[in-house]
Amino acid sequence: MIPRPRPERFRLRRTMMFMNAQKPGLIKDAYIYGCDSIMLDLEDAVAENQKDAARFSLYHALKTVDYGSTEVIVRINGLDTPHWREDIRVCVAGGADGIRIAKCESAQDVKTVEAAVEAAEEEFDVERGRTLLMAALESPKGILNAYEICCASERMLGVAISGGDLRKCLQTSPQRDGVDMLAARGQVILAARAAGVQCFDTVFTNLDDQEGFEAEVLQNKAMGFDGKSLINPKQIRFVHQVFAPTQKEIAQAEKIIRAYREQSASGVGVFTVDGKMIDIAFIPGAERTLKLARACGLYEGDLV
Amino acid sequence: MKNAVGRDIPEYLLTGGREVYQGKNYMDGKYITKASPRTRRCEAPQESKVVESIRAALEQCGAKSGMTFSFHHHLRDGDYVVNQVMAVAIEEMGLEDLTIAASSLGNAHDPIADYIEQGKVVGIQTSGIRGRMGEVVSAGKLKTPAIIRSHGGRPRAIEGGEVHIDIAFIAAPTSDCVGNCRGIGGKSNCGSMGYAMTDAKYADHVVVVTDCLVDFPNMPASVEAIDVDAVVVVDSIGNPKKIASAAARISQNPRDLMMAENVAKVIAATPWFKDGFSFQTGVGGPSLAANLFLEKYMDERGIKMGWAIGGICGPMVELLKKGKVGKVIDVQDFDLDAVNSINQTPGHYEMSASQYANPANKGAFVNKLDFVVLAALEIDTGFNVNVLTGSDGVLRGAPGGHPDTAAGSKVCIIVTPLTRGRMATVCEHVVTVTTPGDCVDVLVTDYGIAVNPLRPDLIECLDKAGIPHVTIESLKEKAYSLVGRPDDLEWEDKVVAVLEARDGTILDVVRKIKPYTGTEE
Amino acid sequence: MEILRSAMAGTLESSDAQVTVEPGEGGIELELSSSVMNQYGRQIKATVLETLERLEVKDARVTVVDKGALDCTLKARVECAVFRSCGKSAENIPWGGAVR
Repeated sequence: MIPRPRPERFRLRRTMMFMNAQKPGLIKDAYIYGCDSIMLDLEDAVAENQKDAARFSLYHALKTVDYGSTEVIVRINGLDTPHWREDIRVCVAGGADGIRIAKCESAQDVKTVEAAVEAAEEEFDVERGRTLLMAALESPKGILNAYEICCASERMLGVAISGGDLRKCLQTSPQRDGVDMLAARGQVILAARAAGVQCFDTVFTNLDDQEGFEAEVLQNKAMGFDGKSLINPKQIRFVHQVFAPTQKEIAQAEKIIRAYREQSASGVGVFTVDGKMIDIAFIPGAERTLKLARACGLYEGDLV
Repeated sequence: MKNAVGRDIPEYLLTGGREVYQGKNYMDGKYITKASPRTRRCEAPQESKVVESIRAALEQCGAKSGMTFSFHHHLRDGDYVVNQVMAVAIEEMGLEDLTIAASSLGNAHDPIADYIEQGKVVGIQTSGIRGRMGEVVSAGKLKTPAIIRSHGGRPRAIEGGEVHIDIAFIAAPTSDCVGNCRGIGGKSNCGSMGYAMTDAKYADHVVVVTDCLVDFPNMPASVEAIDVDAVVVVDSIGNPKKIASAAARISQNPRDLMMAENVAKVIAATPWFKDGFSFQTGVGGPSLAANLFLEKYMDERGIKMGWAIGGICGPMVELLKKGKVGKVIDVQDFDLDAVNSINQTPGHYEMSASQYANPANKGAFVNKLDFVVLAALEIDTGFNVNVLTGSDGVLRGAPGGHPDTAAGSKVCIIVTPLTRGRMATVCEHVVTVTTPGDCVDVLVTDYGIAVNPLRPDLIECLDKAGIPHVTIESLKEKAYSLVGRPDDLEWEDKVVAVLEARDGTILDVVRKIKPYTGTEE
Repeated sequence: MEILRSAMAGTLESSDAQVTVEPGEGGIELELSSSVMNQYGRQIKATVLETLERLEVKDARVTVVDKGALDCTLKARVECAVFRSCGKSAENIPWGGAVR
């Protein structure tokens, strides 16, 4: 049994890679590719008549595999299926870091899952509040309710857009410039930022179209997403590259934190760095930059 | 008697001056006497050497029981010739006590397993042994232990007279009526015929088997008419689909790609990665994919590869055509891109197995090699590699050019996943040592890189380049923590195969396996 | 648990195992084949028998066709087959109890 540290609600999640929880060869060591989170899938990847088998596999994988610092999230079946309650039980009993609620449309959906998670934590004697939640927004209604969903629980780490179904509902298809998802992406980012949780863009499924994938990742970063869902390990590197801070950003962040610590020690709250006015509001951003830089292997200092 | 890689070699095998493995370059500087064949003069002008059947050729060459027949494996899994010849010799002519000395044998040769079980084939000398043949030999059904040699060890043994070939069979995609052979121009093309060349020079008799007779002279010939006794035309020498795949594709498996990228990183971190460097890679997933990443580093540094050798396939030919490699010298071809390029694309040449890898000659290409990237079935904490036996103890592989290139190159990189299914690739002791650890420098796995402590210079290179590496012991422990520590295999005393080091000393033996059936208490 | 009808779990893919359980004729009858029999046959046998014991299966014919599955996969397949044979695989699994 591999003890896992308490999941962190706010951590680096540039890449979340989907893996079929039913395939022993896949889930045993998906972490070697270096994604930030792996998403073990009990939903679409698992055939209807293998849901039970997938849970047994998942349970033992969670209990046996040393995923190290890679976050382990499980995508459970939708609330309109007969599977989700048992999915939650196995996730909590196995000690998954988080649960991804499929097809989430309202705060009530989150609360429903939360109640089941709480009950499972009780049943399996798991620390209350340990299991994090995130929601996949896959319908126009889910997108429109993004803010209430983000705010629905203290366990919520963030929301992810799930593009496949959403595009069908929107009566569109993947477009080169991303215009098909523009409204949804904008809405979700606004909601997540307003609620103070993270947001992740949908998967890019055409593995042969590297150019299209790269364009989409660049746009994700420019729009302010925290990360992206992935379907193949070969997509990880580019996302990490794009989401890595530049040397200039790292240097600036270091300066800000250093200056802030010096100034606040002597009681000064507002000061200037390179001619720019800085106060405490800049600190979380600078710290985020350095943490990101450390995860990318670009920062070895001790400020964070 | 224990040898330099710690393997216990039974004394009874050490007869006739045979020694156990003593370490790399042990035979350097020693003199050998080359063997000479006893061949028939063809002084009177001959219109044609074409005979009507394999049987006629065998009879003309005086085939009889107890002889050694040689074959080469350029037709790979598509080969029909070994089975055709052996069927005629054994079933039509009733010959017995035959020995097959092949450059390699594979899944195409399952029928030979029957002749082994019947006791008609009593000796096998080869690099590769797989499929049913591997199983029957592992089960102890071959009368004498199989002798396993590397691609360089084989021409050494032939030239030194350790293998005397009575009749060499040349599977020729094209031949003219007197036996000038080429690997192209026919319907079952294989490109290079490098492994057949030494056979033709040192066998008492040489029979060409072809399915495409062409006009005289068939030039430039890979095997020359001056060595050929008879030419047989058959309907088909092999299945073209299995001889050469359409194009060896670079793996898309993310694990392979990740390892391949690390291989390229290691190469680029060494001082030998400079303009004009030389390179060989296997055709396995991660080995071949290393080409792709190496090209990126070459472009970045603005350097070109001087030359490449080995079994060749499309991606290397592509580099040659793009002008990124100066010359490609080729002992065997794996896909149609390579088959169609040899001796056609400027700079793409054919070579013999001896020229490629023979440790007893004076100019083998492997000795000038900077880098070689190779796969492994197993590698142990002494960096000894096994590419012959599965971790269940059954023969199912081939040393091929592995020990030769490892010994000759400046940097030998093994690339393999840490585990395959439930098999730990990195382990405490390999089942069989096919390449000694003193020839292996770097191990790249999906769980990390390890450098042989014998190469502090490489450790320094990696440290300087900021490439993380760990001990091979820690990789082994990781592997066992994933799959569990395997039980020791159980063996009987009987030796079923002798593994010769490339220099002719004995590197290891394979014994008969005692299988676990699950019903034991 | 009592094996009520025959049930199967798992596949013949590499790294997986296919486990079939059927009502027995008194005791456990195990038929095992594995691609890693010589190195891991004993361990596989032990894992399967331990798992059956934990589930209190006392009477069954069990067939395991192993393709190099890790212990965690073997356990999962045996458990799933047993729960399926009782029609109880869909919910209220004793995670961390008999299944562990």
